[in-house]
Amino acid sequence: MAAATVYDGLSLLFQFLNSFGFLVLVTVGLAIVFGMMGVINLAHGEFILVGIYGTALAYHAGAPLPLAMVAGVVVTTVFGIVVERLIVRHLYDRLLDSMVATWGLSLVVAQLLLIVFGSSLDSISTPMGNVAYGPYTSSVYRSVFLPAAALVVLGGLFLLFTRTEFGVKARATIEDPETARAMGVDTDRMYVTTFAIGSALAGLTGALYAPAIGAITPDRGSTFLVESFVAVVVGGSSVVVGTLSASTLLGLVNAVFSWQLGTFVGLMAMLLVAIVLLRLLPNGISGYVEDWRERRRADQ
Amino acid sequence: MSADFDSRESSAGPLGRIRGRFEGPNTLGNSTPFWVAFALAVVGLAAYPQFVGLYSVLTSTKYFALAFLALSLTLVWGYCGVLSFGQVAFFGIAAYAFGVIGVNFSSAGGITAAVVGAVVAGTLFALVLGYFMFYGGVSDVYVTIITLVVALVLNTFMAQTAGSEWAVGEAQLGGFNGMPDVPDLVIGIGETNVGLGDIVPLYYALLVSLVVTYLALRVLVNSRFGMTMVAVREDEQRTATFGYDIAFVKLVAFTIGGALAAVGGVFYAAWGNYVDPTVFGIQFAALPVVWASVGGRESLLGTVGATLVIERMRTGLTEGVGPLGPEWAFVIIGGLLISIIVLLPSGVAPSLDRIGKRLLDRLGDRSSSRPTEEPVE
Repeated sequence: MAAATVYDGLSLLFQFLNSFGFLVLVTVGLAIVFGMMGVINLAHGEFILVGIYGTALAYHAGAPLPLAMVAGVVVTTVFGIVVERLIVRHLYDRLLDSMVATWGLSLVVAQLLLIVFGSSLDSISTPMGNVAYGPYTSSVYRSVFLPAAALVVLGGLFLLFTRTEFGVKARATIEDPETARAMGVDTDRMYVTTFAIGSALAGLTGALYAPAIGAITPDRGSTFLVESFVAVVVGGSSVVVGTLSASTLLGLVNAVFSWQLGTFVGLMAMLLVAIVLLRLLPNGISGYVEDWRERRRADQ
Repeated sequence: MSADFDSRESSAGPLGRIRGRFEGPNTLGNSTPFWVAFALAVVGLAAYPQFVGLYSVLTSTKYFALAFLALSLTLVWGYCGVLSFGQVAFFGIAAYAFGVIGVNFSSAGGITAAVVGAVVAGTLFALVLGYFMFYGGVSDVYVTIITLVVALVLNTFMAQTAGSEWAVGEAQLGGFNGMPDVPDLVIGIGETNVGLGDIVPLYYALLVSLVVTYLALRVLVNSRFGMTMVAVREDEQRTATFGYDIAFVKLVAFTIGGALAAVGGVFYAAWGNYVDPTVFGIQFAALPVVWASVGGRESLLGTVGATLVIERMRTGLTEGVGPLGPEWAFVIIGGLLISIIVLLPSGVAPSLDRIGKRLLDRLGDRSSSRPTEEPVE
């Protein structure tokens, strides 16, 4: 009896780690571009798809998996830079227009992938095998490696934006582009670089999930989009705090509900929590944290 | 600009006063030539079935149904500044509701009740969703995201209703395969009813509904409430400072938008006798945004025009263009959307309006018998 409870607990824990890792990774690229540049990239799901396709194509062409993943990231980064130069560049300060244009882009990319590569690519088998305990098994790659990778990514971003000269300049550009320009910051370059980082992270997500999503189809973009959007909405505009808190909370909700009741109920529960939270905290969790900090500063 | 309208209202007698209700700073096309062209276009559309085959009449009827969806987004986004990617949610809910009620009660009265019930269902859903968003203080981007997510979730939900346990009375929801046997449109009770199942009567019913809806929306956007909506779009904080209830204005506009989309959904389901989960899918959800962006989201007629033209183009593309097969339709549509947003952000209709005004001015100068319609900018 006690052993069964332990196994159930472990199963729930792995389920949580699984969805936590997924939420962090699909969200972080979107959160950077939104939080730092005020642009919502509705083609974010398709950016992840580009990463998946890059990885899968390189892998099927004979490259070892780690190298194929690097290829996926590189392809997506280059794609992101091209998109920024051709489209997004014209749409800074036009938030709603940026959403509409990137939505158009998502249609084009998904359809082009369908036309060029057909309705699906062969899947890549998940590395690292399974761990079995009691009546359950969990994939080590999905439940241990990916959540760990997610934490490494968040830590790296935190250091990048707080400890490097690039981070200081990027935050200055976000805070006040006019003054940043007057101080000699090349804001145009900052925007391209930030968008490239966002794209690279989408590519990384695609590369990491290429061996974990089963059949690779061109219509998967919108499923990534929904989960990343919900997390960004709940998290608010601060990248690290928002992504971490939202992914923890939503991952927990998702794990508890989908553990026994299936993935659809898990998704529904996440959305309900998101809508209720928005009613209470319209600027997301990080907006609330910010308010609280400011109030404390004002009190002192 | 507004001085111009005031002077006309006071000088032009009863007919001018009626016309004045349809005109104002919030609509393009406030000149006599515009109304003449509009009347000619309506007459042309009314005569259309006499000159073409039934298939063309049938497809045009679908475009009319979709034009309601376009108008709903124009009102919400173009006039109130609330970008909703989920107008298809209200459209699809109404389509399914019409199917479910219509299949269960197939008498004339039952189907009339289905029309009412479906529109009420779509409108109520918009009201509840809008209440949570606008009274929760959810700001613009988040509204867009929530509406899109709602549509995509409905898509996922309806797609998994394949089992026989997913039935409402007689009506099977049918998962991916959708609901066949959605009844034809019938209005009336018992013996006194008008059946609109045939192709040509349905065409006229939709044409009349569309023209009436368009004119009613012109009155709405130029009314006091319309002015308030535009004020909210232009500067929310300033409008709030003047004592307007922003959340209320947005909620009312959003609910009216939901009702319009729901009407479109009923027509759409009755037109094809069919509805499936793709009405909530991302490609279908993108279409209203494409129509409104291309036509000019601040122009009711521009959006309707863009809907008819783009949908006609999509129908044409299903046979392929030159070496390109039908699978290129969404690449072309998406490319069109991106180009319009980047190159011509306000859409086609305002540009046409500017050209038209310039032509009128030139004509006026030449004859110099009538004063120019608009003050020189």
